[in-house]
Amino acid sequence: MLAASEPLTVLIADDNMTDRMLLSSIVRRQGHRVLTASDGQEAIEVFQARRPQLVLLDAMMPVIDGFEAARQIKELAGDALVPIIFLTSMTEEQALVRCLEAGGDDFLAKPYNQVILAAKIKAMDRLRRLQATVLDQRDQITRHHGYLLNEQRVAKAVFDQVAHSGCLSSPNIRYLQSPYALFNGDLLLAAFTPSGGMHLLLGDFTGHGLPAAVGAMPLAEVFYGMTAKGYGMAEILREMNAKLKRILPVDMFCCATLLYLNFQRQVVEVWNGGMPDGYLRRMASDEHIPLRSRHLPLGVLSRASFQEKTEVFSMVPGDRLFLCSDGVIDTADSDEELFGVDRLQRVFELNRNPDLLFEDIHAALKAFRGESRDDVSMVQVEMVEPDSLEQPATIYSDSGASSPLNWSMSLELRADTLKRFNPLPYLLQLLQEIHGLRAQSGALYSVLSELYSNALEHGVLGLDSSLKRDAEGFAQYYDQRNTRLNQLKDGYVRMHFLVQPEGTGGRLTIDVEDSGHGFDARQVIARDAEETGLSGRGLKLIRQLSRSAQWSEDGRSACVEFTWEALA
Amino acid sequence: MAVNADYSAEGKELTISIQGRFDFGSHQDFRNAYERVNEKPKAYRIDLKQTTYLDSSALGMLLLLRDHAGGDSAKVRLVNSNSDVKKILAISNFDKLFEIQ
Repeated sequence: MLAASEPLTVLIADDNMTDRMLLSSIVRRQGHRVLTASDGQEAIEVFQARRPQLVLLDAMMPVIDGFEAARQIKELAGDALVPIIFLTSMTEEQALVRCLEAGGDDFLAKPYNQVILAAKIKAMDRLRRLQATVLDQRDQITRHHGYLLNEQRVAKAVFDQVAHSGCLSSPNIRYLQSPYALFNGDLLLAAFTPSGGMHLLLGDFTGHGLPAAVGAMPLAEVFYGMTAKGYGMAEILREMNAKLKRILPVDMFCCATLLYLNFQRQVVEVWNGGMPDGYLRRMASDEHIPLRSRHLPLGVLSRASFQEKTEVFSMVPGDRLFLCSDGVIDTADSDEELFGVDRLQRVFELNRNPDLLFEDIHAALKAFRGESRDDVSMVQVEMVEPDSLEQPATIYSDSGASSPLNWSMSLELRADTLKRFNPLPYLLQLLQEIHGLRAQSGALYSVLSELYSNALEHGVLGLDSSLKRDAEGFAQYYDQRNTRLNQLKDGYVRMHFLVQPEGTGGRLTIDVEDSGHGFDARQVIARDAEETGLSGRGLKLIRQLSRSAQWSEDGRSACVEFTWEALA
Repeated sequence: MAVNADYSAEGKELTISIQGRFDFGSHQDFRNAYERVNEKPKAYRIDLKQTTYLDSSALGMLLLLRDHAGGDSAKVRLVNSNSDVKKILAISNFDKLFEIQ
């Protein structure tokens, strides 16, 4: 006797009682459980009630015949495979074809051959199990896909808390990004600097999915944390690079463009590592100046060989900066030809309304490829007048009870330090401990950074600010700045801070002195009053923002004051 | 896409050539090409003559090879790249890490 590997429940439906009993005893002897029915209707009812795994069905039966019963049983079985073997004494081709068409999987001719019956039951059982496995795997995939989508949703929600606490909603920023850009490796961040400028980063991690998304979190943390503390681009870039180098595997990195828009000075500073060209569009001349990739992406180079050298461009209010991910120029048509930089530039040339640039680009991509794609990231930032953007107030978590109110501090930064160290974030942090000053921290930071860069650039490095009168001189100015700073051997910037209580509030006095040749302060201030060009913004700004500002006769030292009243 | 490796015992240089798209699909083949060698080569030559396209994961693979070959002291040349591939290498500034010919 052939023993079945696992006993099945088999339904036998035959109106002929003798045949039914004979078949039942054969099947039972082969080790299976048997259910019986004497017509089609009963077969359907028994199937519904007991769910047998295999059905042996006589074709010719009263009430409902075998063909109709097969159809209904198959329908009841749904996705699961319940093999039906027709029992038939018919031999004509047409009748056999009908059996299969009605949903039968095989047929067995009367009189029954036990060996063949056992073999067929076994074969059908194999098919049944295969189908069950396929269904089970399909359900697992569906379930896992559901889990994955849910995980992505949660990860995105958490990430949005970290990444979009920035100022992407500022009126001077327009951007276009797929809601799941994070899982394409795209990252867009923007934040105000303490002095009222703006940092903006468009990044693109290698690869897709979760691996591309994990690096985004630490990058965003560094970006927001350091921007809020007043660090400049160089320090932020160094930290981002070092962090990614440390945490990412060798073959992963992040292409990125970082911008710093200084609204006070109307300039933009650019660092591009591995991103496609961005563009600066000067509205007056309709020029498009490419912001080229000059560096390796973040996370590739070691701390020692990383280059944070930036480029500086002058702008006027209304000028725009455009950045995009590689999805734009990498879009391929049906012949695998790439959209490319030239076609993108053509869109720029034809664009009349800069507010509709994204729409124009999308239309061009669609025309090129036949369909639009939603996985590209684009961002456009406009240069605006100083102080025209509303900045959210910083929320401090301490009580103010420990605010230091009577102290002074002096520091002298010498050549080696000036080359590589930016003291401003540390000084700002210290000064923010004075609660009365917090309302003015933007102005304080602007004044402090102007004083420091005046002392360094015009004092120690002896750079001539009149160079910055036009765009060309402007670039020259920053080139000279880098060269002279690298070669610097002597010189110093001294800073003295004095904080004193005054009435119910207090007063901060800052003295800044440098080792340079000085300048005729009176003349520069007089000239500054008329000047509207690119140069000479510094002194005017300092005078506007602080309560009082004075320069020594020889122009080598400056003194500014900030005061505050008691806090309510 | 196919990756072939050819070792020259004379120059102790391993040439790896990639046909078609060089992307994540070639990951395992590319790794095998430099990991399954009997003798460790002194230099590597990546022939991109028949490479039509290169994506960021391919750049990642090149970084892996560079790391495998000794990091900053690695000798890896990228040769025969077409203009599209050259552009991608230029945007990423990979000429600062590899000798591109």
